[in-house]
Amino acid sequence: MSDAHVSQLRQSLVPEDRTYKQISEDILDTLEEKPSKAWLIGFSLSAFILTIGFFTVAYQIGTGIGTWGLNKTVGWSWDITNFVFWVGIGHAGTLISAVLLIFRQKWRTGINRAAEAMTIFAVACAGIFPLIHAGRPWLLYWVFPYPNTRGDLWVNFRSPLLWDVFAISTYLTVSLVFWYMGLLPDLASIRDRTKSKMRKLVYGLLSFGWDGSNRTWHHWEVMSLILAGLATPLVLSVHTIVSMDFATSVIPGWHTTIFPPYFVAGAVFSGFAMVLTLMIITRKVMNWENYITINHIEAMAKVIVVTGMIVGLAYGTEFFMAWYSGNEYEKYCFLNRATGPYWWAYWTMVSCNVLSPQFFWFKKLRTHIGFVFFLSIVVNIGMWFERFVIITTSIHRDFLPSSWAMYSPTWVEIWTFIGTFGLFFTLFFIFIRVLPGIAVAEVKSVYKYARNNK
Amino acid sequence: MKKDFLLAIYDCEEKLLKSAEKARDKNIEMYDIYTPFPVHGLDDAMGIKRSFLPYVTFLAGATGLFSAILLQVWTSAFDWPTIIGGKPFISWPAFAPISFELTVLFAAHITVLAFLVYNRLFPGKQPMILHEEQTCNKFVIAMERDKVNIDDATNLLKEHGAIEVNIKNVDTGSCC
Repeated sequence: MSDAHVSQLRQSLVPEDRTYKQISEDILDTLEEKPSKAWLIGFSLSAFILTIGFFTVAYQIGTGIGTWGLNKTVGWSWDITNFVFWVGIGHAGTLISAVLLIFRQKWRTGINRAAEAMTIFAVACAGIFPLIHAGRPWLLYWVFPYPNTRGDLWVNFRSPLLWDVFAISTYLTVSLVFWYMGLLPDLASIRDRTKSKMRKLVYGLLSFGWDGSNRTWHHWEVMSLILAGLATPLVLSVHTIVSMDFATSVIPGWHTTIFPPYFVAGAVFSGFAMVLTLMIITRKVMNWENYITINHIEAMAKVIVVTGMIVGLAYGTEFFMAWYSGNEYEKYCFLNRATGPYWWAYWTMVSCNVLSPQFFWFKKLRTHIGFVFFLSIVVNIGMWFERFVIITTSIHRDFLPSSWAMYSPTWVEIWTFIGTFGLFFTLFFIFIRVLPGIAVAEVKSVYKYARNNK
Repeated sequence: MKKDFLLAIYDCEEKLLKSAEKARDKNIEMYDIYTPFPVHGLDDAMGIKRSFLPYVTFLAGATGLFSAILLQVWTSAFDWPTIIGGKPFISWPAFAPISFELTVLFAAHITVLAFLVYNRLFPGKQPMILHEEQTCNKFVIAMERDKVNIDDATNLLKEHGAIEVNIKNVDTGSCC
């Protein structure tokens, strides 16, 4: 730690000087104060949208998924688009908490807690879509292999949709325990500093009797590394398997081997955009500019450039392979994507995902908070369109021109999607009020890093 | 169980680390050290052996892998063989994704469980609070009173920057 050589070029991770006590106060005091006006407005708005979403979901489960705009040709569209969109967003949280831990990127401590929370909430939002699409959600437990009364008929282990069940449930539960184990020291810290009896009791139960014993810390650090080591291949496997929902089919436009890495890069790309959107708001509302610094924002902008270019390369490769394969259906599918009736969706995707991140080559732009915020939303829009383009344009003109069709969403689909944003932000607002949104103990452990370099 | 402890309080981790190393060099036995965040180097100073958790992870992962293979092969090839897409009953490449997922699922959860059980962390457990700010900004070295020479230990701890040294009767919480 203090003996390790630190380059003169390294910058301190917490710019302004603080004592350890002040770090605790900066982050944990807000949990004991009355909510701010900005929080109340944001929370009420999210909860309101969530309520509309809730009734929309209740309506379509009661009536059936005939309330969607799907037809015989386009059998998958907004539902699976939104599912992939939300799962992808979750991936940035795991990347920050696991991959950056393995690479010893100390700056992760400022944002890992909130990003991990974002992962869990995003995966929860994603899960809603297959749940509704199952048609009879009360029978959803049928997807698990258990001895049953249906003649012991088992689930099909060769189906990528079943792989998804295992991948998503593993991902959700592992992310959840990883996040919670990281929370233990901070929950104990709240327990020890609060004056309220009620909080002492609740946080006391939640903190599992953590007391900061060095013997426990030793195992805790080893466990964190192990979980990071497990979560890293896990996060890659999750979006690989999501991409196999498409790639293992024989639909032109879906049946390609490039899908797994292409989807993983896209997931990280969209996830970092969402982390940026959230962090830029959070640091302002919670006054955490000293912990989520401009350097964090710049580092994340750099990740966006890299992954955006990987995604751009994948778009190009797809077109090249469509031509090079000599398969006329494959060729037509891609021509149709770029010039067919959904051309506007395709070009929205390209301009948001490939062109817009190029602005981040300029240091002035990637350190300009307003601009980064704007671009993070542009990237989110682009990545939503990417999934829509891949899914809908590949199937709306199939092998038989007489069954070609167009698709447009109904109000039910639109409000279900908006409703998941309500769920996501409601959960995030609650999280930021009741749990420490920055990993206090971890920030303290890197506080002295490069402290003497000014 | 209640015990008398000699407690040394510090307000920075460098002084704490120095004291712990000196105490080790003088063979003064330390019960435990309490810090608000992990301080690297303390493990060596306290002579903590490397955590056993990686072995648990390996065994748990292997169990997960074997369970997944067993489940998929038995259901697909023995209990109710069904021809799907003309594939063999034991179509192992198709079984790879779930085998991987269950390996991770078992490994991660059992490691966490082993961590919690070994360190006796559970809802309702009483923490060892030796100083009210030990999870905020104070660092505490605890020694068992009857295992150390009080005067020697006190001198050494004070010499290396303890802001306070005292003896306290503390409930260690462990039941048996």
